[in-house]
Amino acid sequence: MTSARNESRRPHLQQLGEWWNSLPRTRQWLVLIPVVLLIYALPVLNPPILSTEPGTNFPIACFNAARFALIALGLNVVVGQAGLLDLGYVGFFAVGAYVAALFTSPDSALAKLPYLVTLPLAMVITMFFGVVLGTPTLRLRGDYLAIVTLGFGEIVRLLATIVPPLKGQVGFQEVGHPPGRLPDGSLIFASSNGTPWYWLVVTLTIAMLMLVGNLERSRVGRAWVAIREDEDAAQIMGVPTFKFKLWAFAIGAAIGGLSGALFAGEVGFVNNQKFDVPTSVLFLAAVVLGGSGNKVGVLLGAFVVSYVPDRFTELANYKYLIFGLALIILMIFRPQGLLGARQRLLAKGREAYQRLIGRPEQVSSESALAAESAKGVGA
Amino acid sequence: MSQETGLQEVPDEAGEEHVQVEGGIVAELERMTPEERAEHEAEVAEVVAPDREIAVGFGETLLELREVTVRFGGLVALDAVSFGIRRGEILGLIGPNGAGKTTCFNAMTGVYRPTSGQVLLEDRPLGRRKRHQITRLGIARTFQNIRLFGEMTALENVVVGTDARHRTSVLGALLRGPRHRREEAEAVERAMALLEFVGIADRAADKARNLPYGYQRRLEIARALATEPKLLCLDEPAAGFNPAEKEQLMGLIRKIRDDGYTVLLIEHDMRLVMGVTDRIVVLEFGKKIAEGLPAEIRDNPAVIAAYLGVPDDGAA
Repeated sequence: MTSARNESRRPHLQQLGEWWNSLPRTRQWLVLIPVVLLIYALPVLNPPILSTEPGTNFPIACFNAARFALIALGLNVVVGQAGLLDLGYVGFFAVGAYVAALFTSPDSALAKLPYLVTLPLAMVITMFFGVVLGTPTLRLRGDYLAIVTLGFGEIVRLLATIVPPLKGQVGFQEVGHPPGRLPDGSLIFASSNGTPWYWLVVTLTIAMLMLVGNLERSRVGRAWVAIREDEDAAQIMGVPTFKFKLWAFAIGAAIGGLSGALFAGEVGFVNNQKFDVPTSVLFLAAVVLGGSGNKVGVLLGAFVVSYVPDRFTELANYKYLIFGLALIILMIFRPQGLLGARQRLLAKGREAYQRLIGRPEQVSSESALAAESAKGVGA
Repeated sequence: MSQETGLQEVPDEAGEEHVQVEGGIVAELERMTPEERAEHEAEVAEVVAPDREIAVGFGETLLELREVTVRFGGLVALDAVSFGIRRGEILGLIGPNGAGKTTCFNAMTGVYRPTSGQVLLEDRPLGRRKRHQITRLGIARTFQNIRLFGEMTALENVVVGTDARHRTSVLGALLRGPRHRREEAEAVERAMALLEFVGIADRAADKARNLPYGYQRRLEIARALATEPKLLCLDEPAAGFNPAEKEQLMGLIRKIRDDGYTVLLIEHDMRLVMGVTDRIVVLEFGKKIAEGLPAEIRDNPAVIAAYLGVPDDGAA
């Protein structure tokens, strides 16, 4: 009886979460497929209230939101899962964009490669940068690491300004794009047409979501969360902390680089103007807003951070003010973000819990507390 | 939702039809006859038992501290301490507050490097190995102030322990290779058995930070055992327990030893130490002042003086 009363008190979001957790895997897929199809159809449907037009072209707004989602997913590996505060993430994004530009733009002296080849190349090169930055700095913790990464982001931007082959503000025109033409001879992946780009980014985001999910439900994901929770204890329990922190950095960097290369391709132009510290903070805001450590949460956060300025263009100039206030309010009332940290860390966890105690695990921490109090009252 | 209500009724309504299907092993255990239960417990102990080569035989010295000194600036926390731990025994490490017991633990597990002297495991010096390598070699510990991974479930905490001996890395996990699958299955199997072994399986799915205090202490032991240690070091595992809980914990420590582990125990409570240990080492002000059987230690004048104080000449 007591638990029933508690049930009604709980917020709907949480009830939704519990319902979702209690569903078997196959049923979850059945629910997910229409949702994914709807997401794919979004720029074509252009729903009236959701639409950002006439202020912003809706397919391009969708592309930007998807690009933000991919960035947030990468940053979540570093900040949300491994707990390493990275304020210079835009540096990796910039490296990815410059890799795409340098190898495809006619303005660059380097050999030309097909655009699609530069995507994996951008990931590999940014991963290398992640390791180069991480090796000396990951011995630092907390605030110190944050300051060093902030410096890294600035270094990348300043290098783009002062190193002559990177062309500073002049930048690179006509960055490449995937091949293919429509029957009437126009490009499929034109800068003016956001829809195919959006589909490309959504597909890559889903692929990354699955790969990151595989990592989460493995020794790697457990090592990351252990490091986030208590680094010293993790070390003493046999987690090679430095190695896994470096991996988190490298994987986060690779996803950031991929996103940068996609951005460069869609915009078709790269110069040193779009990789400043506020952009980096905006990426971080997406992660914190949505719920650091929750993959679905950060996607939601990224959507909000990218979509709101596009939808309400008259407010776009105040976006930092609005997000700043929103974050302050969030930190007071819901410090864990819109959706709190949530992870499954065992590949066969569902079956294991079922076999051992006959019910699924508690995934979100709020419901755990609610169950605790319900138990206390009920006893 | 209905599942949630179901779980709360498991302890008192375990006999009812609908719970039988849902309760899993834990609920099933409630309904077992004593014989079935004993059989199940033997199976659990079998899974928990260490399954690795140890270079020394039972009763031989497994870990040895040789003239270990730890100095922090001008403070000598450990002063040329030497003793050995024999395979298969429960060794108690006691001493008044600030005697250097935890420093001794820290020197053994790589948290501090000895200023001089050596720690040898199976006659091989630990040298300058990293902490996680020492754990992998076979020394596991618990913490005086509980340090669990709060946002992980109890089961996940224990699986982190089993990971110490796993080799899957990023590539294997990304592609879900055969080794990843095998290690995951083994890890969950062993972790579930460990939770049953220490007696907290009913809360396996709860986040560690939501567990009651006694459960958290036991979870720390399970997590340390998960690394399949050659030597298990317990740092005041009974701190904050009432006498009945201490009694249960003593039982658990004996059970761990009987399962084939070697245990080093730091403890304040003399009754617990005297009751459970095979031998005792006494530290005071960073020096070893006595070593021997519990009965010998109890009657040792130096130990009594260390604990009760020496009367002043004037007062006598």
